[in-house]
Amino acid sequence: MKPGLSEISNLSGGQQLALKYFLVAGVLFGAQLLFGLLAGIQYLHPEFLYGILDFSTNRMVHINAMVVWMLFGFIGCAYWLIEDESGIPVVGLRLGNLIFWVFTAAVAVVVVVYLFVQIGPGTDTTIWFINEGREYIEAPRWADIGIVVCVLVFFFNIAATALKGRTTGITGVLILDLIALAGLYLAGMVYFTNISIDQYWWWWVIHLWVEATWEVLVGCIMAWGLMTTLGARRKIVQTWLYIEVALMFGSGILGLGHHYFWIGTPEYWFSIGGFFSALEPIPLVAMVVHAIYDSGTHRFTNSNHPALGWLIAHAFGNFFGAGVWGFMHTLPQINLFTHGTQWTSSHGHLAFFGAYATINIAFFYLAAQKLRGNVWMAGGLAGNGWRWKGSLALLNIGVVGMTMALLISGYEQSFVERAIEGSGWAGYFAAQNHPWFIQGMVWRMVFGWITLAGYLLMVWDLLTIGVGDSRAAIQPGGGGGAVLEEPGSAPATA
Amino acid sequence: MSSAPWWSSEELWRKTAFLVTALMFVILIFLTFDTLEQISAGSDRVPDYSVINKRISYNFDADRNFQVPVIGDAEPLFGKALSDEEAEALVTHGKKVIQGRNCMNCHTLLGNGAYFAPDLTKSWLDTSWGSAAAREDLMLMFLMDPETNARTFGTGRKMPDLGITEEEGRAVIAFLKWMAAIDTNGFPYNFKPIPQGGES
Repeated sequence: MKPGLSEISNLSGGQQLALKYFLVAGVLFGAQLLFGLLAGIQYLHPEFLYGILDFSTNRMVHINAMVVWMLFGFIGCAYWLIEDESGIPVVGLRLGNLIFWVFTAAVAVVVVVYLFVQIGPGTDTTIWFINEGREYIEAPRWADIGIVVCVLVFFFNIAATALKGRTTGITGVLILDLIALAGLYLAGMVYFTNISIDQYWWWWVIHLWVEATWEVLVGCIMAWGLMTTLGARRKIVQTWLYIEVALMFGSGILGLGHHYFWIGTPEYWFSIGGFFSALEPIPLVAMVVHAIYDSGTHRFTNSNHPALGWLIAHAFGNFFGAGVWGFMHTLPQINLFTHGTQWTSSHGHLAFFGAYATINIAFFYLAAQKLRGNVWMAGGLAGNGWRWKGSLALLNIGVVGMTMALLISGYEQSFVERAIEGSGWAGYFAAQNHPWFIQGMVWRMVFGWITLAGYLLMVWDLLTIGVGDSRAAIQPGGGGGAVLEEPGSAPATA
Repeated sequence: MSSAPWWSSEELWRKTAFLVTALMFVILIFLTFDTLEQISAGSDRVPDYSVINKRISYNFDADRNFQVPVIGDAEPLFGKALSDEEAEALVTHGKKVIQGRNCMNCHTLLGNGAYFAPDLTKSWLDTSWGSAAAREDLMLMFLMDPETNARTFGTGRKMPDLGITEEEGRAVIAFLKWMAAIDTNGFPYNFKPIPQGGES
């Protein structure tokens, strides 16, 4: 290893593959922000790009880029940690590399079709080749099949490596979770005219990914991340992981019922969905306790300050975004007024960022550290680490600000459109024209630009952090006392 | 140093995680079978596609304490009664047009989708169409030329021209009429339906 030099040879085969996934994830993160901004502008200036890139197209690219960059990030995280966990190189790495290029090319083709073809006639050909027209899983059917094939190869890489090498609690949970994650996607690949049945299965993909299998996946990633950055003991993190799985699947699987209040499904979902989804924040509290407990036990002594910072941001973001913001409108008595309003987008922004963007960014920093020869990334970074701290602050302020602004618009919408006006189109537009709603949209744009600034600063930081630094990373758990050291002082060694 | 208490055992929680997950999934499977039966087309909650041949109202149900769809007398869409097969084919075409034109990334259907444009769940019954008699023609005219016939209610937001043909427009309207007849447990709340002749 050559400290301070960005050389791909500093990384193992699995890590090199992970880095490729991280790079695409980072680019798609930028695309998510760009198209989110375009869609946000159209709320305030509807004539902007009208007839060229309509709101529907911008919003579709915004949410699809988000889903795919997070998925690419998770895949990268799994490739990153699997060799360390199993103690052997990735099994079938060449196939994994091939599939990376296939997957990336497929995503590029889907995006090009989204942008330049956009829509098609009401035929099966459109569903297969242009746009399936179902929120979050708009990708045409050919791409669905491609995604399943790519995920199966990814699963083979991870499972074969874990089973051939050392199988740990983390990789055991990871393997079972990936089976569920890949299997659930199939539920979204069938056409139904009956929209109640359509949305019933659609939620199996969306909810059981986002509020169940993705949460467990990041639980695995978090467990390994805490061991890596802090040197937390395996027995502790794995016990926590099992507790979180029990609580997460114990609440989240039937918590699916909170999406079955208003789509034609029976009334018993009121009780089941309301009760179990109200429990969903509990595992997220456990994750916060877990992260803070481990950090405190190790006196925040860690090998990678930006990564640990983002892991802590993940713990709190997950709890507030997915937990608190979800709980606020999950009971049917409240959801009757909030369903289909900006409440949902407020929750969505904080939850996706807090639960998933954060932990991927943490791994971007772990990758940057290794790429530069496992350099020092504790206290005493150049410029006191202002770029990573600044980007962490800007991104979090930006997303929290958007969340609050959208929440205000959502409150107003629930009140004016639903409670007062009676939920018709006239009520909808009365709410959209209300100054409180518009103020929310203005502030959402302000914080959207702040989020973009945070992203750009993060990219700059990731491209430069550790470059030229000749100090080696501290060994986590080695008692280096990194946070207590003065900038520029000699690194602690294990 | 004392040994760890039994309740913090890694093995205990590993088994608990597995059992809880399996139990919840099995319960979900049972509920799924029951729900799918209750929401199949032609059930009490989700009507058959031939409901587009009937009048659909949305009345308050005192027992359930919210509004429910009520299927009334014959009122064929565009004045032409369709067979069960024809009705299903038309509604199916309408659903595919709605998917192909990406309607869900501006509108919500059953409250799910994007929030840039109004919810379509009960659009067939919305008062914005003025009169029930003119509704079908107005809807068709709007869908085929939304720019010219735009009603932005002061927001400036106009539906773009999506190149919807007359045939596709009729199919979309059939789908919207059928969807309005789904029992959505009172969503959207406190909805004021369009007056239809002969109703109080």
